Amino acid sequence: VATLRRERRRVVGNEKVGPYTLLRVSQGGLSPGTPGQFFMLEAPGRLLPRPMSVCLAPSGELAFLIDVVGPGTRALASLEPGDSLALLGPLGNGFRLDVARPLLVGGGIGIAPLPYVAGRLRGAPVVLGFRSDWHAEAAALLPGADVCVEPRLVTELVPVGRDVLACGPEPMLRALGEIAPGAQLAWEAPMACGYGACYGCAVEIDGMIKRLCVEGPVLFR
Amino acid sequence: MTMLLNASGCLDALTAPAVAQGLDAYVTKTVTLDARDGHVPVRIAETDAGMLNAIGLANPGVDRFLTRNLPELGRLGLPVWVSVGGFSADEYAELCSRLDDHAEVDAIELNVSCPNVESPAQGTAQIVAAARLATRKPIWAKLSAAVSDVAEVARAAEDAGADGLSLINTVRGLALDAQTLRPILSTDVGGLSGPPLKAVALAAVFTCYRATRLPIVGMGGVQSGRDVIELAAVGARHVALGTILFSDPDAPDRIRRELEHELRTRTYASLDDAYAIAHADSLSRATT
Repeated sequence: VATLRRERRRVVGNEKVGPYTLLRVSQGGLSPGTPGQFFMLEAPGRLLPRPMSVCLAPSGELAFLIDVVGPGTRALASLEPGDSLALLGPLGNGFRLDVARPLLVGGGIGIAPLPYVAGRLRGAPVVLGFRSDWHAEAAALLPGADVCVEPRLVTELVPVGRDVLACGPEPMLRALGEIAPGAQLAWEAPMACGYGACYGCAVEIDGMIKRLCVEGPVLFR
Repeated sequence: MTMLLNASGCLDALTAPAVAQGLDAYVTKTVTLDARDGHVPVRIAETDAGMLNAIGLANPGVDRFLTRNLPELGRLGLPVWVSVGGFSADEYAELCSRLDDHAEVDAIELNVSCPNVESPAQGTAQIVAAARLATRKPIWAKLSAAVSDVAEVARAAEDAGADGLSLINTVRGLALDAQTLRPILSTDVGGLSGPPLKAVALAAVFTCYRATRLPIVGMGGVQSGRDVIELAAVGARHVALGTILFSDPDAPDRIRRELEHELRTRTYASLDDAYAIAHADSLSRATT
């Protein structure tokens, strides 16, 4: 059982990446955790924090990629340098990086944890899929990646025999589960707490109810 | 001595023991006779000022709870209250009877008000009376405030042998998806919690304190030390934290600090001074 660490940190940067926002926060005493782990970010003015995986962890900073889908993510994307917010984490289980032939697969905002993964798995190939050219501008976070835009699907870029580490929309993850045995898939669910208290993020895996926040978000197929 | 507890279903002490150890007693998620998976997603939704849940009493069932969870909970070193829920008075009685022999159980909370299951066919009085016959442990009846007369329900629980009241459970609410204008939760309607509940909780505690002699655990929208004082001032002997634990696992320590500060500012020796307000007011009301 990991101890919970919650700190109030300063925003040091807010940059647009295509339609997304890269929110950079001073690291303070927080550990960035392993790639694929996440933090609960206080969304100013909202009751509940929002779960965000670590996108980048340069020295002294934590960066999160935000897609504005509602009032909480809008509040987060509106934060400016000098503002502060409380962060709880790192939480959950990240990717296992000790794989022989890694391939990083991302779809849409699901690319969020991959830059941090790529920083640890230097040289690992990356394939990304987006719904539009505008969204695909976020591929700049992963230099050298193969990128496709709908109607082409990223799953068409996945060769056989690779150890897949993936994050993206549910249909993409389900498809990868079929074509890439042993894939490590990072799932998403609404969470109120992020540390196993609320049971809001429960999913059924092999007939067992599991909380994605403590059993995931990375699950093995 | 006033205790700070968690509201049932708002903390898993085995996953986050350090958070539980910041409380004076731990209340379990509701245990039922049989294991329950709970509702399919989506189970939670934020509202303008609160949140909705439709977890559906997900729990391992009493057998696994007793063999797997309870021994571990007993090792946490703090009193354990077990919340139980059933679909008939007999089920509550059986659950209480199963818990009765276990020394790790300090009290039993009867969840007679969960909004996410069909309401028990029998009334609160029948459930409490059946539970009373089945256990010597202290019984706390957790009531819903969403009834026309919560005092009547509280008196029924007292007459049936309850040792205390837990007030309040969530109230029914609904949230719509901004795009589709359809309910977000898989169950459509769920239990509303968080700050919108505080005024409802204050009213229920205020009313039940005057209607019965039972000690009350007050809960509903507690966010700060100030909220704890307010619940005490309307008659809560103890106070429980719910939704605030989701956004801030440090809330028990923070709220204690805020409470100390509030008490000093008011030159109160302890929270008993706030509790005494409820007592004095109810006496003056009784004599006029």
